[in-house]
Amino acid sequence: MDNPSCNSRSHFSRRTILKLAGLSGIGWLTPLAGQLARADEANPRKKARSLIVLWLAGAPSQLETFDPHPGTDIAAGSLAIKTKAPGVLIGDGFPRLADQMDSVSLIRAITSKEGDHERAVYNIKTGYRPDPTLNHPSIGSVICHQTMDGRDRIVSIPRHISILPGQWPGRGGYLGDRYDAFKVFDPQRQVPDVAARVDERRQGSRLKKLQFADKQFLQGRQNNKVVGDTLQHSNLDLALNMMSSEQLNAFDVSKSSIADRAKFGETPFGRSCLAAIQLITAGVRCVEITLNGWDTHANNHALQKGRIDILDPAFAAMIAELKKRELFDSTMVVCGGEFGRTPWVNPVGGRDHWPHGFSVAVAGGGIQGGRVIGETNPDPKRGSKNPTKDLKDPHTIADVHATILHGLGIDYGQELDTPIGRPMKVCEGQPILQLFERA
Amino acid sequence: MPLTDSRKQLSGQCETSTGTIEYHLVVRRVLNFHEFNQIGTDIVQYCVFAFEQGFLAIFFVRRSQDVNITMSNINSERADESTIVAEVVAPARKSGSRYRDFFFVSVLLFGLLLIVPSLMSKRRIAPEPAFFGSTQQSEINQVAAEVDDLFDQSRIDRNLPVAGQVNDLHVARRLGLGLAGTIPSLEEIRTFEKLPAGNRIEWWTNRLLGDSRCHDHLAERFARAFVGVEDGEFFIYRRRKFVHWLAQQIAEERRYDSLVRELITGNGIWTDNPSVNFISKTIVEDEGPDPIALAGRTSRAFLGMRIDCLQCHDDFLGNVNLGSTDDPVGGTQQDFHALAAFFRQAKVNFAGIENDVSRGPYEYQLLDDEDESEIKPEFPFNRHLDQNEPLLRNRLANWITHPDNRPFARATVNRTWAIMTGRPLIQPVDDIPIDGPFPAAMERLVDDFIANKFELKRLIRIIAATKTLRIDSRADFEITKKHELAWSVFPMTRVRPDQAAASIGQAGLMSTMDQTSHILARLTQFEQKNDFVRRFGDPGEDEFEDRGETVTQRLLMLNGNMIAKQLSNDSTSTQFVAGFAPDAKTAVEVVFLCTLSRRPTAAERAQFEPEIEGKKRSQKKQAVLDLYWTLLNSAEFRWNH
Repeated sequence: MDNPSCNSRSHFSRRTILKLAGLSGIGWLTPLAGQLARADEANPRKKARSLIVLWLAGAPSQLETFDPHPGTDIAAGSLAIKTKAPGVLIGDGFPRLADQMDSVSLIRAITSKEGDHERAVYNIKTGYRPDPTLNHPSIGSVICHQTMDGRDRIVSIPRHISILPGQWPGRGGYLGDRYDAFKVFDPQRQVPDVAARVDERRQGSRLKKLQFADKQFLQGRQNNKVVGDTLQHSNLDLALNMMSSEQLNAFDVSKSSIADRAKFGETPFGRSCLAAIQLITAGVRCVEITLNGWDTHANNHALQKGRIDILDPAFAAMIAELKKRELFDSTMVVCGGEFGRTPWVNPVGGRDHWPHGFSVAVAGGGIQGGRVIGETNPDPKRGSKNPTKDLKDPHTIADVHATILHGLGIDYGQELDTPIGRPMKVCEGQPILQLFERA
Repeated sequence: MPLTDSRKQLSGQCETSTGTIEYHLVVRRVLNFHEFNQIGTDIVQYCVFAFEQGFLAIFFVRRSQDVNITMSNINSERADESTIVAEVVAPARKSGSRYRDFFFVSVLLFGLLLIVPSLMSKRRIAPEPAFFGSTQQSEINQVAAEVDDLFDQSRIDRNLPVAGQVNDLHVARRLGLGLAGTIPSLEEIRTFEKLPAGNRIEWWTNRLLGDSRCHDHLAERFARAFVGVEDGEFFIYRRRKFVHWLAQQIAEERRYDSLVRELITGNGIWTDNPSVNFISKTIVEDEGPDPIALAGRTSRAFLGMRIDCLQCHDDFLGNVNLGSTDDPVGGTQQDFHALAAFFRQAKVNFAGIENDVSRGPYEYQLLDDEDESEIKPEFPFNRHLDQNEPLLRNRLANWITHPDNRPFARATVNRTWAIMTGRPLIQPVDDIPIDGPFPAAMERLVDDFIANKFELKRLIRIIAATKTLRIDSRADFEITKKHELAWSVFPMTRVRPDQAAASIGQAGLMSTMDQTSHILARLTQFEQKNDFVRRFGDPGEDEFEDRGETVTQRLLMLNGNMIAKQLSNDSTSTQFVAGFAPDAKTAVEVVFLCTLSRRPTAAERAQFEPEIEGKKRSQKKQAVLDLYWTLLNSAEFRWNH
């Protein structure tokens, strides 16, 4: 079997260099040794190829979703159910997901320093806190930047896609706009901007005119070594190629059976989850699907339930469908929002912003199911100046990023150059290796 | 009104100086008075345009191609003295009925009555002759010439050639994109061309500087440097208010140093006193304004220095020199936090942002220290300019805006140059080495800016008056990076999404889309523009750096809503030109002027005119719309060149 991480030659050289570096005591000095060491960590046998992010915009309440504390004060009446994973409870609104929990793991004590939506979204999508000096790339952009194999080359649709994009879909940051997510809406609607507005004959004539106009403009600019190449090789061919690509069908879920669609739920989010699987099948690297409406400052329980009713069938059906298509091992699914919600219910029955211990669910792509990383206190002290003190095995958002990148076989600690030549680490965190270790 | 629901055609004859002709106006979609009114308004809009521009307007066409109604502006010298003359230019055909003449004239009069309010409003563009040849303008031209000489000298020193000059209209496009974020309208181009050649650029710069499109555009550019692009938390930060306030300050020609002083020292509530948003944007819950974020902003926006890396560690790469070339002083973490310490007194309470002199000292745990230690406020360089002041923010503001603190003026000149041309003199726009080297031309502009009370509009006028702004982007020599750096050619930059959206909107109209446009038209365009920018991808703060073009952006131009709407909306000029242009030559020329702000070349005319010439109306219309689509998608439209 072709397994790059166990290729004998690379295995030998990596080991040899590590040993030599270790013996000479200079391993810590060389960036190469760092790279090799990271590559040698408990890497999954098979690297994941793609990522699906179920983005819960507005921030879900951990207590009603992936970190319930039934019977405690902070539960405020919310209940939990047992799951197929022994000892793992999740909110009682997730009966379908409970059946898949042996394939899903939970990271329960994630912390960040951002309690404002916009800043926190930036933080969790890029792994970095907002920085006035630099725009960091989102995780999907990093993945597309770092991966290019034979299969990528035959993908004629964007490899980074955001379905039902919220206010802040993934951007390419310092890697450039070409790594921005391509934004599409409910799969019931047509993919935006890919259909010509006029018939084929007229489109042909328009393009001929365009070719003529551009030729005029290029005349006298061929000697421009700064932008000449860019002008000559614009993205027109790629755009036209995409407009006629059969892979566009991957956005269309209308050809799936009604029964299949029903499993995901007849909602825009459910349909988008089904489309995401079709897109991954077509070779797309990263799909982000947004489910809005989690910002429940009032009437938390009812509003969260409304969202959970949409998320539960879609998430559960996604796991089942990925397995059915034998894509589960090569596709990592990550589900979460920008932060959690306060353990205490406010006077209008809402929960406010809480970045001091919230949850993310992860599955597939080499992640072992049924595990729980980290623990929050069922009886946290109100008004504590250090609310993260009583968390067990807490992790940062950067660690979640490192985990995803590690699962996809990407060197999470490498430095990339920003446009002004400033070296910047892809990720500052450390992967949560327990999630990959086989029992 | 003689036209009723049942009447969808107007036919008749009328006497003219050239004989009697038959006219036949088909009003295809008239269902009720409202619709007729609408169509009447459309015709009238076209008449207004004709009136203002002296443009031959055919506002209805007969069955026979050679019969036109034209309107001409008989006195094109002064727009306000013009008279409309409706004249039928056509071969004589039949004798006619007076009743039908009367009917025709009443339709025309009805239309003219509708346009009276428009004519009375300030829609019309009138040059302001007072400015031409004024002492101020001669002074501006003088400085601009010196700036050009310095560019010339620097090219001679480097043995670099220079490209030729572009024509006035080309400069008008560059200035429109730079100062108002849009290409000039056809209406503006027509007025521009009526002026004597020597006065055009002065007039255009002056018009732009007095126009709210320009104030809004400049305010947005500066706001990106001051507060970034995020909307932030509603309770503590109102970006829109802040940008609006900035636009007002620019319109009122507030001294730039005084504006910056207000940003740094502002107190009060961010809703009442919008300048305070500069500080309130950084409020951290339970802690108040964040001195570190403010120091980062201050150094980049006001001093043109990226010293943010010093927040976490000393400069070990030799990137930050706070001394001079001969006596370099490496930046330290202490330097950054000493700058941040100036914001220590800013606190937030029920009255908004306030100074609290009783607050304890600024403390920070430096990289190699084990504990936090007190860091005293101190300027990173030019410490001799310190004017002691108990209020730390006032002290900082006085130092930053001190006339001898040249990095402040340099940062502003570099940014203004970038806004106007798409490319700063020193890149990146906010990373100007304190010890240079600086282009001599930049230093001349800095001198003038300081000597003339930090007057932003004067600086803009000088840049607009330079020959450097007229340099061609094409050359007969090979163009490399060093040619761009020396301004041997005008650097080509991509039109930003905000500029593209506004220009697409403008290209669809013959009149100018500005604050005098109908509110509904403005709202529609505002919405379309926002959608366009969202889909295109906002470049954010680093908008003067090339981010490459994406397939999404290309698709948006090819098939997106905005261009499609411009081509299908009956009220846009695309439809007017398509439906009413008298001949292929005029149609092609108008489409070129509307989109590319220039006339077609002979080769282009030879290519495009035959597709329109002699075609039936529907085919002609299609060909004109296709030409619009083509030019809006062309590289020429998508680049500032």
